[in-house]
Amino acid sequence: MPDLGKYAFAVLASYAATALLIAGLVALSLWQSARTKRALDEVEARQGKTDG
Amino acid sequence: MSIWEYANPKKFMQTSAWVLPWAVGLTVACLVVGLVWGFFFTPDDYKQGSTVKIIYLHVPSAMMAINAWVMMLVASLIWIVRRHHVSALAAKAAAPIGLTFTLVALVTGALWGQPMWGTWWAWDPRLTSFLILCLFYLGYIALWEAIENPDTAADLTSILCLVGSVFALLSRYAVNFWNQGLHQGASLSLDREENVSNVFWVPLLVCIAGFVLLFVTLVLMRTRTEIRARRLKALLARERVA
Repeated sequence: MPDLGKYAFAVLASYAATALLIAGLVALSLWQSARTKRALDEVEARQGKTDG
Repeated sequence: MSIWEYANPKKFMQTSAWVLPWAVGLTVACLVVGLVWGFFFTPDDYKQGSTVKIIYLHVPSAMMAINAWVMMLVASLIWIVRRHHVSALAAKAAAPIGLTFTLVALVTGALWGQPMWGTWWAWDPRLTSFLILCLFYLGYIALWEAIENPDTAADLTSILCLVGSVFALLSRYAVNFWNQGLHQGASLSLDREENVSNVFWVPLLVCIAGFVLLFVTLVLMRTRTEIRARRLKALLARERVA
């Protein structure tokens, strides 16, 4: 860990906030993708169609 | 072979399924290398001290916040002119990503500004135009959610995107238009005189590549979700009629 001196809070908070925001976006995107795919698969199976 | 083939949802789904694993791998590689290099293996700046490490997050996210809007603008224009549904859905898919990058740029900028400028926020031309861009992102996403008919939503959000482009451009060039702001000029430029030192510049370029790839990866993933959601809606509507 590098010595961040008196600016440690600013630097670490920047990295933490960025990680939080981007991880949130990625998690939301993955969840929406899985939920939509599952719902579409169910309807297609019911109607006898294949994914386009 | 034409780029318009990818306006066909089936072709887009096939191609993006092949591209996505590579895009994910490259994104992770660039972000890990760039951020580890920047955080652990670059020296402190003689003026900014260790806060210079924030540059590896702030500059790429600010660039991508503006570039995401430009991509949405191009996709919106394609929708308006050629009525390709995939382009409208790609613009819709890009908005939450652009909003996240804008928030990252605003938060990291405030965290850097407090020790360097002595304030978290100033009504500086670039900061203010960035805040307005953030509000445009929120408005754009809200407009998509508010309208039931997807074609009408695509039409209206495309117009909003055209209007918001003024602020995306202002965010980029505000420091050149007005000199009275706190925000400094560009950290990266084709003019080598204006660039940051090489010791910061090279890892910064790797981080920028990582953020660009992250954007591409997420746009592909989210556009695939939007295409599936649209197909799901159509199948459910058909089921209700039958």
